[in-house]
This record gives sequence, structure tokens and C-alpha cells, in this order.
Amino acid sequence: MTMRLPPFDLVTPTTLQEAAGLISDPTASIVGGGTDLFPKMKRRQTTPVTLVSLAEIDALKGIRIDDEGRCVIGAGVTLAELADSPLVPAVVASAADAIASPQIRNTATVGGNLCLDTRCNYIDMPELWREASGHCLKDGGDTCWVAPRSDHCWAISSTDLAPVAIALGGSLRLVAADGERIIDVDDFFQNDGIDYHTKSPGEIVVELLLPAFTGRATYLKHRRRGSIDFPLLGVAAAATFDDAARCTGIRLVVGAVASAPLRAIAAEEFLIGREFTDDVIEEATRLASNPVRPQDNTDTGSRYRKWMTPVFITRALQEIASDDTTNQEEEP
Amino acid sequence: MNRTHVNCTVNGDDVDFLAADGISLLDALRDELGLTGSKEGCGTGDCGACSILIDGKLNCSCLVLAPEAEGAEIVTVEGIADGDHLHPLQQTFLEGAALQCGICTPGFLVAAKALLDTNPDPTETEIRYALAGNLCRCTGYDKIIRSVQEAAVQLREVAK
Ligand SMILES: Cc1cc2nc3c(=O)[nH]c(=O)nc-3n(C[C@H](O)[C@H](O)[C@H](O)COP(=O)(O)OP(=O)(O)OC[C@H]3O[C@@H](n4cnc5c(N)ncnc54)[C@H](O)[C@@H]3O)c2cc1C
Ligand code: FES
Ligand code: FES
Repeated sequence: MTMRLPPFDLVTPTTLQEAAGLISDPTASIVGGGTDLFPKMKRRQTTPVTLVSLAEIDALKGIRIDDEGRCVIGAGVTLAELADSPLVPAVVASAADAIASPQIRNTATVGGNLCLDTRCNYIDMPELWREASGHCLKDGGDTCWVAPRSDHCWAISSTDLAPVAIALGGSLRLVAADGERIIDVDDFFQNDGIDYHTKSPGEIVVELLLPAFTGRATYLKHRRRGSIDFPLLGVAAAATFDDAARCTGIRLVVGAVASAPLRAIAAEEFLIGREFTDDVIEEATRLASNPVRPQDNTDTGSRYRKWMTPVFITRALQEIASDDTTNQEEEP
Repeated sequence: MNRTHVNCTVNGDDVDFLAADGISLLDALRDELGLTGSKEGCGTGDCGACSILIDGKLNCSCLVLAPEAEGAEIVTVEGIADGDHLHPLQQTFLEGAALQCGICTPGFLVAAKALLDTNPDPTETEIRYALAGNLCRCTGYDKIIRSVQEAAVQLREVAK
């Protein structure tokens, strides 16, 4: 079944101020590369009256290191540019390279990836299918088909960049018609499949700011095929160590198992001050994977994803312990 | 819905057409310009049958809006042969039987060209990753990969 976009008006502002003014209209929607939004519009999951394209705004382009040594990545940077950039931490480049396909990475943007809509087997379907099965909570109905007794939606956060940005302590600069603010990426997301981020609709993500990082970091992505597929599970870890190999700081984040990337706070606290021996990694893995409850709403069953969670957490911790963060997948 | 007058070049020719805002570049190429080589397999970025080059970069034309092509240089499968002389990729796909129904073929040819334009001597793994956005549901991938490898050899010979 072929699908066409619903009708809309496209506006292409050239300044951020202009875009912020246009997006304050509640019937308008931002479009970056459109690789997430256009398929959803074709399936009539959303039908904005106006699309505000960010493609012509120079302020959203480019990657630079600022005076404080932070890596500043414009929201309009494509994933292909990110994957190729010598300025960004290697873990960010390799996470970008593991997203979607070469075609998509040439169009998809960083801002769109961080704002990526949550996904679920019951919503990412053509309109006719959803009509026939009954619209779910996220689709304006009154039942979550994944967890029918639940009062909220369990659609999955599937962005590969967010777990990495959180592990690296990143923040986002948001601009709206009435001002701007900076928010930690960690606080940008919330565990609700419908209201999955805390940004208001009128706010534009302008840049991702990553503090200078000298520790060791990795992102392990699990998926069915070695390319193109969304994550079934993603584990990001970034840590610093003292001369005695004791951990002085760590962030451990599990992606694609809930409606937001999950920080493993208990495991992080346990690891501080410890050397990453096998026993320590085992206990941290237990602490980090226990709260993870994947639902049956993507490729492969939830039990399989639950089983694989400790496997990937252990591998990630072993990698940063041994400084062998050359990357998980054998990509060229 | 607005209509935009779009000027761009397609396979080296200056073209112009009128496009409504919600029309994909794929539909504009096929329906306005009569270039039906690019196919629609899914319309959602999953299959790569609609692959084209925009300013030298591989894209899914089903996910690009026609008005966004303003000023762009576009190459479709119709533009990769040299007149009546097939591109080495087209020739090796034919000789290597790298197609059955052929609906995926234009996308594979354009994606493979995008790879060989920037990497004349790719490893098999590099070819597989470069073609990961293209699905084929009848031939299977081995004949396609072999044909790309053979075309790479031929192109390197020519470049010598
Ligand atoms: C076949 C396929 C495979 C994919 N695989 C993956 C994968 O493995 N991992 C993954 O993470 N993603 C994947 N994606 C999803 C998507 O392509 C990427 O997440 C991409 O980075 C989205 O960026 P975009 O610019 O195209 O977003 P868009 O579609 O333009 O936008 C997505 C959402 O973000 C909003 N938005 C965009 N930019 C901004 C901004 N600057 N400020 C505020 N809001 C904004 C839009 O309004 C929209 O709601 C895949 C998509 C496809 C089609
Ligand atoms: S038709 Fe464009 S990717 Fe399938
Ligand atoms: S030859 Fe039929 S889909 Fe590839």
C-alpha cells in the first residue's frame, strides 16, 4: 500500500527568531530531516497544518568547540556529518554511524534524533490497520494495547544519540518566541510514551552541548540486523578513573527499554570509588538491569530484551574498564 | 496547500516544475518529469528503491519534499549511463544476474554508484554497509555484492 503525505503548507524561515514565531502556532510542527515525521504523516499518525522547516537556518548548522572546551553540535547537523566529524567524541560519531541507513543519515538531523517520537508496534502502523484494531492511547483511543490496564502509554524511546548525550553529561539549548533556556539532556526526557519530553511545543532544540570529556565511553547497540534497524536495546557508559583505576565518575544509561532513556543511578553510585573487577561489574550489572522492564512492543519479544539487558551492560562496563572502546559493531 | 515553482538540474539537464508542498521528490520525478526509474517500495525510508543523489549525496527521494529540490543537482538511475553505453555497475548487474523482478535495482545502482564515487576500492563489509539501506526481496544480496565488486575492479582499470 502506497501512502501519500496529507496536505500541509511548508514554510522555510531563514532565522531562528522567525522559526520560533511560526512554531508558536499550535497547528504547526517543526521538521528537520523529516525521516521520522514524514513516515508518521504518511501513516496519518499526525497531520500538521503547517510544517516549519529548519533546513535553511544557518544558526543550526555546524559543529564547533567553544571557549569552555565544550563540543557544540547544531541541531541541524546531519547524522552523516556527525559520524564523520573529528570534533565530536568518538562515541558520539560511532553512535551516529549506527543509526538507520546511509540514505537516512544524509538527511536525518541531530535535533530530530533527540526529539524522535516514541515507537510502538501498535502505533507505527497504517491508518487502516489502527482503525481496524482500535486506536491506542497514543493514537487518541483509551487503551494501551501493550499494557491494557495501564493508564499511560509505553511506546519506546528509540533515539540512539540520547543515551550517549546523557552519559556524557550533555545539555540542550532550547529557543522559543519568548526566550531561551538550557536543560540537561537527562531532564529533557520523561518516561511517558505520549509526553516523552519536557519541552513545550513552541521550543526549538538549537544545539547539543557536550562538556569536554577525557574519560572512557562506549555505546553498545543491539538490533536484529547489523545496520538500518532501530535499537532493541542500547547501553551508553562514560566514566573517569584515577591512577589506581578506581572510578571517579560514571554515567550508565539504558536506551530503548522504556519511554525515556533510563539512568542506572543505583549502579552508578555503587561503582564510584571502585575498581571494575569482575565481581564489581557483576553487581553493577545486577543493579542496573533489575529495574529494566521492556514491554512487548517492538521487534523481538520483551523477555529476550530483558535477558540481553545484563549481557550488554556487562559488556559496556568491561569495555570502559579495559579501555577497549574501539566499538561494538564491525563497521568500516 | 501552496504550490512552488522548482528549478533544479536532473541528470545534467535544467528542469522546472510546479510542486505542491506535500509532494515528494520521488513523485515529482516520476509524475512531473516522467523519470520512472526511481521506484516506490515503501514510501517510509525502509527499502531504498527510491534512492537518488542530491548534490552528490545518497537520499531516499520518498522522504524529500519536491520544493526542497530548488537549486539542487539531482542524479537518478536514468543519469548514470553514458548515452547508450551502460555504466559498469549496470553492465555487471546484467552479467552477474544481480536482479530478478528488478524493482530494487535502480536504488541499488544509485547507492552503489554513491559508494564507488567516494571509495573506489571498498571491502565486502564496506559494500554491505553502504547498501544496507536497500532491500531486495528476490535476488538475495550475494549476486548484488559480487556485481558491485566486479564493477569496482573495472572502474579502477579505466581510471589507471
Ligand atoms: C528506516 C529507518 C531506520 C531508522 N533507524 C533509526 C535508528 O536506528 N536509530 C534512531 O535513533 N533513529 C532511527 N530512525 C529515525 C530517524 O531517522 C532518526 O531518529 C533521525 O535522526 C530523525 O531526525 P530528522 O531530522 O529526520 O527528524 P524529523 O523527522 O524532522 O523530526 C522528528 C521529530 O522531532 C521534531 N524536531 C526535529 N528537529 C527539531 C528541533 N530542532 N527542535 C525541536 N523539535 C524538532 C519534529 O517536529 C518531529 O516531531 C530511523 C528511521 C528510518 C526511516
Ligand atoms: S520508497 Fe523510499 S525508501 Fe522505500
Ligand atoms: S530483484 Fe526483486 S526486489 Fe530485488
